[in-house]
Amino acid sequence: MILTATLGLPMLGALVIAVSRRWTETTARLFAVGVSLLPVFLLAWAWLQFDTQGALFQFVEEVPWVPSLGMGYRLGVDGIALAVATMSALVFSASIAYPVDTQNQPRQYYAWMLFLQSVSLGVFLALDLLLFYVFFDLSLVGMFFLIGRWGHGQAQLAAFKFFLYTFCGSLLLLLAIIGLYLSVEPHTFDMRVLIEQQPLAGGGVAAGLVFLALMIGFAIKTPIVPVHTWLPQAHVDAPGPASAVLAGVLLKMGTYGIIRIPYSMMGETFARYALIIALFAVASILYGAFVALGQRNLKRRIAYTSINHMGYTVLGIAVAGALIQDTEYARELALVGATVEMVAHGLITGALFLICGSFWQRTQEYDLDSYGGLLRQAPLLTAFTVLASFASLGLPGLAGFVAEFHIFAGTFDVYPWLAVIGVLGILVTASLFLQMLQKLFFGTLPQRWAHFEDLHAVEWGVLAVLSAGFVIIGIAPEFLLTLIEASATLLVGGP
Amino acid sequence: MPIGDVLPEISLTLGAVVIVLFAAFTRQQHHHWAAVLALLTIALCVVLTLAQWSGPPRLTFSGVWALDGVAISSKLVVLIAGALVVAMSPEWMRTDRRHGEYYALVLFALLGVIMMASASDTMELVLGVLLSSVASYPLAAYHRGWAPALEAGMKYFLIGALTNALLTIGVVVVFGLTGNTGYPEIAQGFAEGSDNLALTIATACIVLGLTFKLAAFPAHAWMPDVAQGSPAPAAAFLTVIPKVGAAVALARFMSLMPPDIAWRAIVAVISVMTMTLGNVAALRQTDVRRLLGWSSVSQSGYALMAIVVMGVSDQALTALVFFLATYVIANLAAFAVVTHLRGRTALEDYQGLARNAPIAATILIASLLSLVGIPPLIGFFGKFMLFSVTIEGGYTWLAFVAAVNTVVSLFYYLRIAASMMFSDARPVVHVLMGQWARSTMVVAGLLLVVGGLGAETLMIFTDSIRFAL
Repeated sequence: MILTATLGLPMLGALVIAVSRRWTETTARLFAVGVSLLPVFLLAWAWLQFDTQGALFQFVEEVPWVPSLGMGYRLGVDGIALAVATMSALVFSASIAYPVDTQNQPRQYYAWMLFLQSVSLGVFLALDLLLFYVFFDLSLVGMFFLIGRWGHGQAQLAAFKFFLYTFCGSLLLLLAIIGLYLSVEPHTFDMRVLIEQQPLAGGGVAAGLVFLALMIGFAIKTPIVPVHTWLPQAHVDAPGPASAVLAGVLLKMGTYGIIRIPYSMMGETFARYALIIALFAVASILYGAFVALGQRNLKRRIAYTSINHMGYTVLGIAVAGALIQDTEYARELALVGATVEMVAHGLITGALFLICGSFWQRTQEYDLDSYGGLLRQAPLLTAFTVLASFASLGLPGLAGFVAEFHIFAGTFDVYPWLAVIGVLGILVTASLFLQMLQKLFFGTLPQRWAHFEDLHAVEWGVLAVLSAGFVIIGIAPEFLLTLIEASATLLVGGP
Repeated sequence: MPIGDVLPEISLTLGAVVIVLFAAFTRQQHHHWAAVLALLTIALCVVLTLAQWSGPPRLTFSGVWALDGVAISSKLVVLIAGALVVAMSPEWMRTDRRHGEYYALVLFALLGVIMMASASDTMELVLGVLLSSVASYPLAAYHRGWAPALEAGMKYFLIGALTNALLTIGVVVVFGLTGNTGYPEIAQGFAEGSDNLALTIATACIVLGLTFKLAAFPAHAWMPDVAQGSPAPAAAFLTVIPKVGAAVALARFMSLMPPDIAWRAIVAVISVMTMTLGNVAALRQTDVRRLLGWSSVSQSGYALMAIVVMGVSDQALTALVFFLATYVIANLAAFAVVTHLRGRTALEDYQGLARNAPIAATILIASLLSLVGIPPLIGFFGKFMLFSVTIEGGYTWLAFVAAVNTVVSLFYYLRIAASMMFSDARPVVHVLMGQWARSTMVVAGLLLVVGGLGAETLMIFTDSIRFAL
């Protein structure tokens, strides 16, 4: 019941807000924040109860939905899903609590946010392929309306592009899911059965096509170069909290999907193409870093670093899936690293995009060159931006480092040359963040920002929570690593 | 003569006759009672149809009338759709002098569609197509004083006359080839081998004749005009109900074909042309009803996918009927909203509707998303079944083309949604007074969600249906 409650409470909250016509903005917001925190507590409780020696999937719930299609309402988590879901719930609470201009439609805004929280958590908690797809698609609908309605600039265009582009990916995913479904007897969408049976093993055209469709579908969502082009515009025109959710949670659906479906269910095929996937990942790492370095727009720059960071995650997964003899330990390291990267990136980039939101609320300006010298004017803002940037560039003692260390340690054992090339990405990331900090906070303060306000209490409170997350993971990652390792061992060690 | 086997159809005929008489002898302001009569007739017909459910698949009435799962389930779809159309009509038709007769025409058209779905004889098929056509032309041009309605009716009639003639020619050639009109004998005749050229011509003629009712390429051209120009409830009727009968009739006829005729390829080509053409034409429409008309063309293309894999994929017929049912509900919900909004049609007029008429806007958006196939709305399960059987039947490329088309269709459906959600509101929203259209809209909207969550119930009805032959 705990997982159903995790999904159901925000959905219920969304409905309540949608129909309570008389609520003021403050009531709606307080209510939304309260409801959005419930999944965080529920998942934290599940985390405490999680048996690291136990079965792969725990807290399993199963209710038949369309039994004649082999479809059911099946929920359950392994360590990877639980870690990512908890992070997602937290990023949602932070985004909902973060102040934003709701353009006189607070109820709609908070209802959509809660709806999106519910379906996004559904993606991570589903144990049924079709249910996974249902939530995957619904998250697009929620994000479409959030960007289109509350975005700025060319918001509608950005929303359209986002929905159409990622819907292409999800339809490919649907075709692949049908392929997997038809390949087992009796036909079922139960992920546990599919993981156990490893359908389409032994190659062939069908396996290749299904795998290709799955990977393209998830690559669009992640995004991996060259199918990343929807991302920058969606980010730039989205409201700050929606960007935080987009980067922090929605992108994870791509990488989580790669782990859950092609990696776990088609291990043999995955191994055959692991090197190619790793090459694409390294391309994303370098391309994302260099293009980010070239951006003058604050939000665009952070958006491109997401491509770079998701590249690390995909590299970790590809390494974990390469079935090379006697590298089990390295592959497990890489998978753990990939998962930690997901959690870390969610918290860090979530914080960075919320900070972007604060900039927009104050100035309606993202051009880096128009800023300078904000250090004196806004010390709190400076402190949190610096902290998040350092975490993002992988400074030891912060979460990004733990993740990247695991990934590259694993990669050195399996694809040493790729590791050498990939590490260059970290170097570029470091320089782009340092340059960004320098442009924003040092130098002389332009006259027009003389009345720039520092962070308000709510803003820095939210940022403090997210920062606490990635600082704790950086200093004492043990609690997270044990959880993930429990599942990673089973996944890597399994057939 | 086993009269009991056609009791549903007889009840429909009698109901229509009663309505004509009722309308002739009552005042116009009481004509909405004809809608009640029509609903009662349909309810009776549904009950009688359900009573036939348990029997084994068989041919009756000297083999001209099929009584099998496909016929019965599609009959139920048609009847329920007909009930929704009747229920959304009274307020729209209230000011029309011939309000009452409208329902009689609807019932006759329903009867024609049911005959198409059940015909197991080429003459019976022609009869069904003609009956449904003849009853549908006046429905399209019901507001005869209004030029666009007349234009729509005229286009509908001209294309219909041509294709119905072709259908008849095809039937005659088939008769010449096999010496029979009954499907079992025709199948046998084909199996024994016959002149392939003549058979190809005959098949082409019959397929063309049915593409008219299906609004599929190349006889689709009437659809956008009818959707735009005819009365909104009639447009709702004509965009969905004839399709169900025509698709089943086409499937039934194609199942007779000998394997050496490349009918699968032909249907696949028609399917691809239809869905692509419909979607591309819908892309730039600025008129919502016209856009729904084109989208309806593209949906016919999807339905044809199931016919392509008939016989190689076990569940093809299930997928066909199931998809048609989901499409019917979604499209009727969309048209119910349009009817409720007094047929407003320009996309501009939909701006900001979400603020002033949130329920109507929500239902319209849900129906459009269901047409795209966004889960967990009912349309998703229809599309899922279609893709699934198409891939299982080895036509992965066709499923892929359909997926690409779905992405294209998302674009124009979203334009309507975006216009309602993101633009500033217009001050006044005119809606039909009264509860008929409004409650129909709400019921159809609920069906979208409830049908999706309870898809299993619909599955049970269509799970193991097959042709009697």
